[in-house]
Amino acid sequence: MGAGHAHALYVHEHSAIHNMAPEVKLVATFLFVIAVAVTPRQAIWAFAVYASLLALITLVSRVKPGFLVVRLAAVVPFVLFALLIPFVAGGETVEVLGLTVSREGLWGAWNVLAKATLGAGASILLAATTEISEMLRGMSILKVPPALTAIAMFMVRYLVLVSGELARMRTAMTARGYDPRWLWQAKPLAASAGALFIRSYERGERVHAAMVARGFTGEMPDLGGRRGSRSDWIRAAGLVAVAVTVASFALVFS
Amino acid sequence: MHAPDGFLNVGTALATGALSAGTIGAALRQSGQTLRDKQIPLAGLAAAFIFAAQMFNFPVAAGTTGHLIGGALAAVLLGPTVGALVVTVVVIVQALAFADGGLTALGYNILNMAIVPAFGGYAVFRLFRRLLPRSAGGVVGAMGLAGLISVVLSAAAFSIEWLFGATAPVPFDTVFGAMVAVHSLIGIGEGVISALVIGAVLAVRPDLVVGASDLDRTQLADRRPAKIRVFAIAALLVTLFVAAVVSQFAAEAPDGLERVALDTGISGAGDSPLSSGPFADYATAGIDNERLSLAIAGVAGSLVTLAVGFGLFAAARGARRGDRSVA
Repeated sequence: MGAGHAHALYVHEHSAIHNMAPEVKLVATFLFVIAVAVTPRQAIWAFAVYASLLALITLVSRVKPGFLVVRLAAVVPFVLFALLIPFVAGGETVEVLGLTVSREGLWGAWNVLAKATLGAGASILLAATTEISEMLRGMSILKVPPALTAIAMFMVRYLVLVSGELARMRTAMTARGYDPRWLWQAKPLAASAGALFIRSYERGERVHAAMVARGFTGEMPDLGGRRGSRSDWIRAAGLVAVAVTVASFALVFS
Repeated sequence: MHAPDGFLNVGTALATGALSAGTIGAALRQSGQTLRDKQIPLAGLAAAFIFAAQMFNFPVAAGTTGHLIGGALAAVLLGPTVGALVVTVVVIVQALAFADGGLTALGYNILNMAIVPAFGGYAVFRLFRRLLPRSAGGVVGAMGLAGLISVVLSAAAFSIEWLFGATAPVPFDTVFGAMVAVHSLIGIGEGVISALVIGAVLAVRPDLVVGASDLDRTQLADRRPAKIRVFAIAALLVTLFVAAVVSQFAAEAPDGLERVALDTGISGAGDSPLSSGPFADYATAGIDNERLSLAIAGVAGSLVTLAVGFGLFAAARGARRGDRSVA
């Protein structure tokens, strides 16, 4: 079990991307995926440019390309849906490899595939190079409501503990011969989930009491940390400018 | 349900984003004072619980597993506003730190997975609380139905967004029929697990369940299994209603598709004079994929009804047996 696995996607490295301030990376990633999302699907060259941008960042960040590819599997269910589109969509049809499919549907499938893959790739790179706590600090610098970031901070801090507790309950039940195969055998499992909620809630009460004892007034203190430097912003702006220029060209010329 | 980037068009992403941000803002203002004071650590731990519950596999049938979505459960445990905030945090962290769901899709993902299940599920919960007895059994029954319907509502919300923001010409009827049919099946698991979890919490710390805060001690002690039969009948009625709605759409869908087929001239003998009832359309299943998807929707609809009946019968029988062994 052990600790430290709360952040499944983080890859410990020392690279220019890892060292960039979190708020800069958040803004850059959001602008990049927005540029990808607004790009018309016919502009295949634009998606090639985006993909090479991602490849460049992967190289600089020293994240192994294999890691990125494996993690991209998260979009597979939607890829399967995308592959169905050409068959269920209406409109003009074309012959591809002996199959009659909808031309509009093919474009729709390409659209979902390209944008989902690039968006997930950008998110994976962000998560691989930024620890969750840093990400949340970036969010609060970017003026995300403090209640949301504070809840997220507590969630992240206790996630390993809570899910570990759940896993131990399950192990204990399995060790005693409980191996449910049907939904109506799930009652003991659900009861342990209920017990877990109570434990989590009571832990929350104790945490709050401990915080009040140490002077908590309802506002999370600013723990400091590095803010984005001018060079961080300039480098990120360079990458985003490429994506935005490509998106504008694609929008104007197609 | 974690939709990736580019799944719906940019306008829909922006509109749902504005809607979600507005709702979350309102929820933050409404729960502002309580959240500032005691509830931030509590909400954080509850979010960790929901996150953990989503990673936890429950058995569904023959060894296959599914997992909880948790929107309605969070709403009943914590109240709809805090519940929606907690699930929103879960969805945001999943998108940022786990690359689960696209960043430009956050608007509709938050709407479909946090706001609609929490507020919609809680509304359904209140409705069934009025219909079911004022007891712990009634709360458990209402939770089960709210869990089931919250998932169906979430699927319906996605279908409506598809109506406005489709990135491919798949008709609304097809998407709605397939989404709602599949999610009625998922919803059964969600409902049963949510109900069992609420039952377990009510047994130990009933004061923690916001949705049961109006009950006094004697009412909370009332957990008679007779209520399970009421729940079973209500669940069956709800499922039949959902199945009826779904089959309606499934029966209508070929019309749209056949029209397209006729327009493009690919359908020669597709339309038979017998295609008056829904079965006429199902009978032609397998000719092309539109029909196949409809047939799947139809089968799923029947399965929903069967599985609910069978599952609840087994649950009711199990509960009675358990009761005897205690006595």
